[in-house]
This record gives sequence, C-alpha cells and structure tokens, in this order.
Amino acid sequence: MSAPSLTLGPVLFNWPAAKLRDFYFRMADEAPVDSVCVGEVVCSKRAPFFEPHLVEVIERLQAAGKEVVLSTLALIMSEREADQARAVAAAAADGLLVEANDISVAALLAGRPHVVGPLINVFNEGTLAYLAANGACRVCLPVELPGESIAALAAASDVDLEVLVFGRLPLAVSARCYHARSHGLAKDNCQYVCGEDADGLPLETLDGEPFLAVNGTQTLSYACCNLTAELAPLRELGVSRFRLSPQDADMVAVARVFRDVLDGAADADEADARLEGLVGPMPFANGFYHGTVGASFTADAGWQGPVE
Amino acid sequence: MTTTPAPEPLELVCPAGTPAALRAAVDAGADSVYLGFRDETNARNFPGLNFNRRELADGIAYAHQRGAKVLVAINTFPKAGNPGPWHRAVDDAADLGADAVILADIGLADYAARTHPDLRRHLSVQASASNAEAIRFYHSAFGIKRVVLPRVLTVAEIASLNSRIPVETEIFVFGGLCVMAEGRCALSSYVTGLSPNKDGACSPASHVHYEEQGDTLVTRLGDVTVNRFASGEPAGYPTLCKGRYVTAGRASYLFEEPTSLSVVTMLPELARAGVRALKIEGRQRGRAYVAAVVAAFRKAVDAVARGEPVSVDGLAALTEGGRETAGAYEKTWR
Repeated sequence: MSAPSLTLGPVLFNWPAAKLRDFYFRMADEAPVDSVCVGEVVCSKRAPFFEPHLVEVIERLQAAGKEVVLSTLALIMSEREADQARAVAAAAADGLLVEANDISVAALLAGRPHVVGPLINVFNEGTLAYLAANGACRVCLPVELPGESIAALAAASDVDLEVLVFGRLPLAVSARCYHARSHGLAKDNCQYVCGEDADGLPLETLDGEPFLAVNGTQTLSYACCNLTAELAPLRELGVSRFRLSPQDADMVAVARVFRDVLDGAADADEADARLEGLVGPMPFANGFYHGTVGASFTADAGWQGPVE
Repeated sequence: MTTTPAPEPLELVCPAGTPAALRAAVDAGADSVYLGFRDETNARNFPGLNFNRRELADGIAYAHQRGAKVLVAINTFPKAGNPGPWHRAVDDAADLGADAVILADIGLADYAARTHPDLRRHLSVQASASNAEAIRFYHSAFGIKRVVLPRVLTVAEIASLNSRIPVETEIFVFGGLCVMAEGRCALSSYVTGLSPNKDGACSPASHVHYEEQGDTLVTRLGDVTVNRFASGEPAGYPTLCKGRYVTAGRASYLFEEPTSLSVVTMLPELARAGVRALKIEGRQRGRAYVAAVVAAFRKAVDAVARGEPVSVDGLAALTEGGRETAGAYEKTWR
C-alpha cells in the first residue's frame, strides 16, 4: 500500500488574484499537502485575472517540494474556451501534470500521463480502464460515487485513485450563470458578482433551511464534505490519495487535521471537532460515500462491505 | 465553394415510454422512436415505463413495418462491479434488431464498439459532449455516428460545431428542459440518494411529498422544500432545479422557472445550422400527449422541408404551465 498523500484541489471560487496568489504561497510554505491543483475550473471569464501570477505560484509550490497539477475547465462550449483548455493542455509537453475536467481535454492529453478530475464521469471499471489506456495516471472520482463502487474500482485497476474528502461538493455545472441571475444580470455582463462570495452564495429553501451554494455557473452543496472517518476504510480499499477542496477557511489547519488522521495522530472524533471550528456554519456531509442521501452525515461508520 | 446539395429532411425523433406511446408516435409520423429497457440502464427509469425484451421486439416490428426506426437508450453509467445489466441491454438491442443504441458511458461505448461493431451508436445527451474535441474523441474512439447535443449551446455555437465534426447532431426541441449540463448533475442524489447517472431517475416520485399548511401547499423532495404555492396557484412537480429558493433574502426561481423547452419556430434556423435530427423529450408522457406533439412537429418539419412557414398550432397547450422557453439556444438565457 503506497503512503497516503493529500492533494489540494483547485480553488473553485472567484477569489481576487492577489488573495489567490497569497493563498498558494502560504500553501507552499505551510500546508502538509503533497500535490496542489492550480487553474480555473468553473468559468473561462475568470481565468485571465490570475494569469500574471501563475508562473510565480507554480515556482513557489515546486520549490516547496509540492507537485503542481494544472486544472482545466469543466464545461467547454465556445472556441475561446476550447483554446483556453488547449493552451493549458500544451503545458503537459513541458512536463507539468494536467487535470482534465472535460473529456475533450483528456483527448488532447492522450498518450501523456495526466489526471482525470472529479467532473468527468468515471463510474465503472470499463471507463477507468479505457481512460488509463489513454494515459490517465490518476483519477479523482466523481463525488456521488458510493464506497461500494470505489471498492470495485480500486480492486479492478492499479491507476491511482483519489477521493474528495473535504469541501463543498461540486453538484452541477451549467451554461447559465446563477450568480449573475441572482443579481438580475446576464452572464455576458456579469460584473463578476461571483467575486462577492468567497465560499459561494448560500441558497436557502423557502423554509429558511440552507441547501446549496451557488458559484457562478456551478452549483455546490451547502454542506461541507467530511470523510475523516472514512479515511481508514478508504486506505484499506487501496485508495492512497485524498483531495481537499479549498474553502475560504484556514486550509493549512484543515490539511493538518487530515494529515494527523492519516498519520494516526488524531482520531475521527477529534478531527471532526477541529474541523467544526474551521468551517463555520457549514454542516458536514458524507452520505454519497455511504450510498445514501448525499447531504446526510453519519458520524460512526466507514464503509462496511456490500449490503444487499 | 461548389453548390451545396439539398439537405436531407430533418429526422423527427420521438419518445416512447410504453408500447402504446411507440405506436402513437409512429402513427403520428415519427421518423424514429427512442425508448429504454425496464431497469436502471436508461435515464427514464420510472415505475410503469419502458420495455421488456418481448415488447421491444414487437415495437421494432411495428416501427419497421411503417418505415420508422427504433433507438434504444442505454444511457446511465454502469455500476462498478456489476456491468452485466448494461452489457446485456446492448447485446439484446443488437440481437433484436434495434437501429441504434444511445450511450453515455465511455466503458459501455467501448464494449458496444468491440462487441457489436455493426450496431449503430449514438452519443447520449448524458455524455455532455459540448465541444468539437469531445465529439471527435467519441467518434474516433467508439465510432459514434450521431451526438445528441447537451442543452447548453446557442444556435450559433451549434452551427459552428457542425462545420467541425464528422458526425450528425441531434438536438432537443420540445419538452422538459434540463438546466444543468446533463450527466453532470448530482442534485437529485444529494437530496434523495437516487440520481440520473446511477439510477436513471431525477427527483423521483418516491421521494415527493405534498403537504397542506393552512392555505399553502408545500412541495418537498426528500427533506428539502422545493416550493410553496398559495391556494389557486398551480403547483408544479418538485424537480429540484425548477424550485423556488432564497438567495440574498430574495425568493426566486434561481435556476429555472417551471417551463418547457419549445423551439418549433426556430426549426428553419436549426436546419440551416446543420442539425440532422430533432428530439422530443417525454418518455414519461402518455400516448395522447405523444400523438399530439409528434403530429404538430410532423407538420412543422414537413413545412420546413417545403420552405414554408412553421405553424405553432397545437403545441402551446402542451408545455409545462403553458410556459415555454428557447433555453440555451438563445444566448440571453445564460
């Protein structure tokens, strides 16, 4: 069993470029993570703002011994978006690892080692085997995949599997910008209002219950995924990579919690208590892993084997 | 540039949730019907719908006798550790003489291409192939002959796409409208544990509750309040993305109003954009609805082929809440 490693997923939200740069600098210097994803996943309109900082961020992370993964757009519709993705994919030729979040990017990366991100549907062995033959060396699985399926995939393949264990769950992408719509604006004239909500715009039901978080064209869970109690069973299945999806929280402290659990220095109860203090009002969710309502949270059990 | 050959007439692809709906669609002028087996292998896995093997054989015979094609949707994502039902669905569609299978999963497309190379393969909307590179991948990897485009593209983008891909395109023109990119939405499983991708069910009826609170009707899916209706207000089905929610203190249909897609008047424009086939959503609909919509579209498609104006007669009454949208085909929708 390979040593467990932590990946910092791409920042999904529209943070100011300087804040994003400083965030990555701190991650480079302090966070006990092995791999860091950099790059815009949600909206092509946001990407140009961070461009000027990209090289210094990559260099700082690499100097700190972190592997850098370049993430790419989840929904590619226009030629401009396709060009943006092609430009990032071209970096694979320079030895950087690129993460595909749309199948078109995996196609561009064919024959070169690359990462398949959680927004590409890998639900079964057949798809996993095909993408591995195409060059995928690592696959971060879709968040709605239950532990039972993760077990079957881990047993069927020696491709490195990664599981998202922390952060708001990416639930949907759309052509339509709900952030702009919530401000009475159209996507073409959005005024970048998504930048006002560093963790997404909370959405409540008419009964006042928090439900989802809107992030531009993306819809996330309101709850924060927390699979600290599932790390041990996932390790037993052969999963060795765990992804932390950044929130506007102390992600260094979050990474330390997960590192401590993986190292046996903290148990899941202690981890939950520490995470509660870090994520503010967000409740925890682990239901997808347990094959049930994704928003639900069961505090006690990891995956216990197939249930008929 | 040389003279352009006259375009083939648009193919009208119609829903068949039951054998009765299949016959109704064929009789009303469908060029093709699409349907699924009665299990989780298709994205309309609802109680009382779909076909067993005998019904499919009969349906294919009925359609073929009348010059119509049958397309079998096997468009959910096979479960890890249990690909059997999906593989059997492809095998049986081939053995029973289906004209094509409609697939979403890469592994299943690979299986179909290797096991049944002569069985025509279409790419389901659930594969969310929204750009030329993605479509070329499915074409070169699995010999996909037609792609059902996700409901995220404008007409201008569709036209541009058609000039750059080696396969036919099919687009949705009428019926229920997915607001999210299809096949990439886990809202339903977040709330119910059941999803279009895994289980072939979005916002399943088994999890729907209607509750009277004084003068108000509350609709819920699982534990989530999707909408509240004053007395007399028509209460829609609580599909999650058509609910009314609160952001920044204001209630609204943030994702989409309860509305139906209808672009019958855009058919000439869509034909010019190089679209090959028009898809009507609604496998959960009864045969009377299917017959009415198919008949109206048959007239419209024939009018387009003759270069005549398109009539909207008979369709407005069939849209959700009587409201319709052109959805993503118009850029302002975004």
